Amino acid sequence: MAAAGAFAEAGADLELVGIHKRFPGFTAIESLDLTIPAGSFFALLGPSGCGKTTTLRLVAGLEQPTSGRILIGGKDVTDVKPFRRPVNTVFQSYALFPHMTVLENVAFGLRRRRIADPSGKAHEALQLVELDHLAQRKPQQLSGGQQQRVALARAIVNRPALLLLDEPLGALDLKLRRQMQLELKTIQQEVGLTFLHVTHDQEEAMTMADTVAVMNKGEIEQMGSPEELYELPRTVFVANFLGQSNLFTGEVRGDSGEVVVVDVAGVGVAVPKARAQRHRGRVTIGIRPEKLLLHPAAPEPAAGVNVLGPGRVVDVSFSGVSTQYTVAIPGIGDVIVFAQNMVFGPVVNAGAEVWVSWGVEHGFGLADEGPEGDERFADDTSTGSLARQTREELLEELGEA
Amino acid sequence: MAFAAFGGGGAGAAVAEPVALKRSWVAIGLLAPGLAYLALFFLAPLVSLVLTSLQIAPEGAGKGEYVQAFNWGNYAEAIASYWPHILRSFGYALIATLAALVIGYPIAYFIGVTARRWPMIQALALTLVIAPFFISFLLRTLAWKQLLGENSWIAQTLHGLGWLPSDQTIVGTPFSVIFGLTYNFLPFMVLPIYTSLERLDRRYLEAGSDLYASPATTFRKVTLPLSMAGVVSGTLLTFIPAAGDYINASQIYLGSPQTAMVGNVIDRTFLESQQYPIAAALSVLLMGIVLVIVAIYVRRSGTEELL
Repeated sequence: MAAAGAFAEAGADLELVGIHKRFPGFTAIESLDLTIPAGSFFALLGPSGCGKTTTLRLVAGLEQPTSGRILIGGKDVTDVKPFRRPVNTVFQSYALFPHMTVLENVAFGLRRRRIADPSGKAHEALQLVELDHLAQRKPQQLSGGQQQRVALARAIVNRPALLLLDEPLGALDLKLRRQMQLELKTIQQEVGLTFLHVTHDQEEAMTMADTVAVMNKGEIEQMGSPEELYELPRTVFVANFLGQSNLFTGEVRGDSGEVVVVDVAGVGVAVPKARAQRHRGRVTIGIRPEKLLLHPAAPEPAAGVNVLGPGRVVDVSFSGVSTQYTVAIPGIGDVIVFAQNMVFGPVVNAGAEVWVSWGVEHGFGLADEGPEGDERFADDTSTGSLARQTREELLEELGEA
Repeated sequence: MAFAAFGGGGAGAAVAEPVALKRSWVAIGLLAPGLAYLALFFLAPLVSLVLTSLQIAPEGAGKGEYVQAFNWGNYAEAIASYWPHILRSFGYALIATLAALVIGYPIAYFIGVTARRWPMIQALALTLVIAPFFISFLLRTLAWKQLLGENSWIAQTLHGLGWLPSDQTIVGTPFSVIFGLTYNFLPFMVLPIYTSLERLDRRYLEAGSDLYASPATTFRKVTLPLSMAGVVSGTLLTFIPAAGDYINASQIYLGSPQTAMVGNVIDRTFLESQQYPIAAALSVLLMGIVLVIVAIYVRRSGTEELL
């Protein structure tokens, strides 16, 4: 069996085929197909309640899918008990055994598999996370960050073909978080394992993962490299969940072969056809705030440049590297502009009349119908979503019992 | 204001002392009734018991007449005459405790862990565990005497099946006494184990199975150690009263002269033959042995914090 004997030679592919997971009263995962190649660092990104933790638990074997198959390294493990799967998890709650020392915790999996020299290997794993000097302590004598590293050591010491990380950095402060992100990435590259990382932190997902899948309401909205997701989001949810976006909705009024022109409050805005999901009817297009330029005077119309305005600067907020301007444009609404601080202080002040422009090649067209898509993002805090979230947490708790 | 804040060192120290003193008086005042109670009803009888155990019968004294002495010979006599009863007591108590653990742990696990998702069933099961306390200990033991008695359906069935020879009874055997002890002290086993299992975080079990431990290994390596405090208090709460019990083993209830435990001997020597020093010596011995066993047990099980 996978559980017995030696370490995994290398990471293994993970394949989810047509996974459905229904809990009594609601569906956590709706038809999920996913292939994670061996040796990659894959992040599942989404708001709480989107089904990402459930996905992880399905892979670990702690939940059974309602239907669908799970394959690890080509082998169907759908009906394999968790303790026989070549998978280890870094739990969000760490779940370090409180009655054992740090060393015993780390050696636990090795002893179960009767691997030679468990203590020596546990010490090595603890050295990797720089905690070997605390090997004889009990977990409750450690800080949150240290416990987190022990949980990581306890999982990677087993050299699983697939390592699952359930928001493992959630409890850490920013500095430690950064440090751990780097360490995790280094460890993954060193040992060449497949990492499946679940998080709601888009920055974390983007800095660490090779491939990011954005999950929403039990489905994967979009999957790709971090740059791809950021530069070319396909849905309103992705455009807003990964960084900020300025979105405009209007009818397509022209199609020149290369670009489609969308009527945004009477102004024609061009989007490359290749970067637009839909080419006719009512569409939503977007542009990232840092791609926008501010102009104190109306810019000369030029080919390959979209211009909106005039509008009024209603807010200027300085954040060191850049300044965020909020520009209210009549008929369109608020547009956000990030400008690098190339000069001292803001370029314009609140109240100033400005135009914004951007290169046509930076725009993107989304697959969603219109700004009602916005609600899908906002519903994270809506009562319905909160209720669903609470329900899922409750069910998770029940499922554990 | 600033002055007050910075001057805290001197002024604070001066104030702190009377406050501490006042607090300690409050504490003593609150503790006084309890301490007085213990002194009056525990310490005084204990001293009296030890003194009685050293008494001697003067020349020509009548039955039950003794004078104070330091006659350590009472202990030698008590051990010489009644060592089988002492051994039997601890033997029965040990078996009953193990039986209660084997029966009680699954019950506690069911109530504390399995039934978590059904609060109603959890509450009902807990009530059922406690329910026997609503009826007198003596009545319940008598009821078992009836149930296990010669004319009961249990005995009749066993006779009919040939599993019990026709000249044998259930009542009056070591089995019925141990059965009675197990039954009567079972709730004291279940409740502490339930309390520790109720707090058991299921995520540790998930972590166990994630780290290649089968359910059996997870139980042995995670669940059991994490509920050890409950197991230790449950076994102590069962073993100690069972070792000193004299109801179950008495002839009036589930026992016979052959099953007499040290409690029955103390009962008899004190109330019938009025050998007060021997009865007292046996009581002190019982207490001493229990204390030694408990101390060793708690130390070995690594749960010193319970003491």
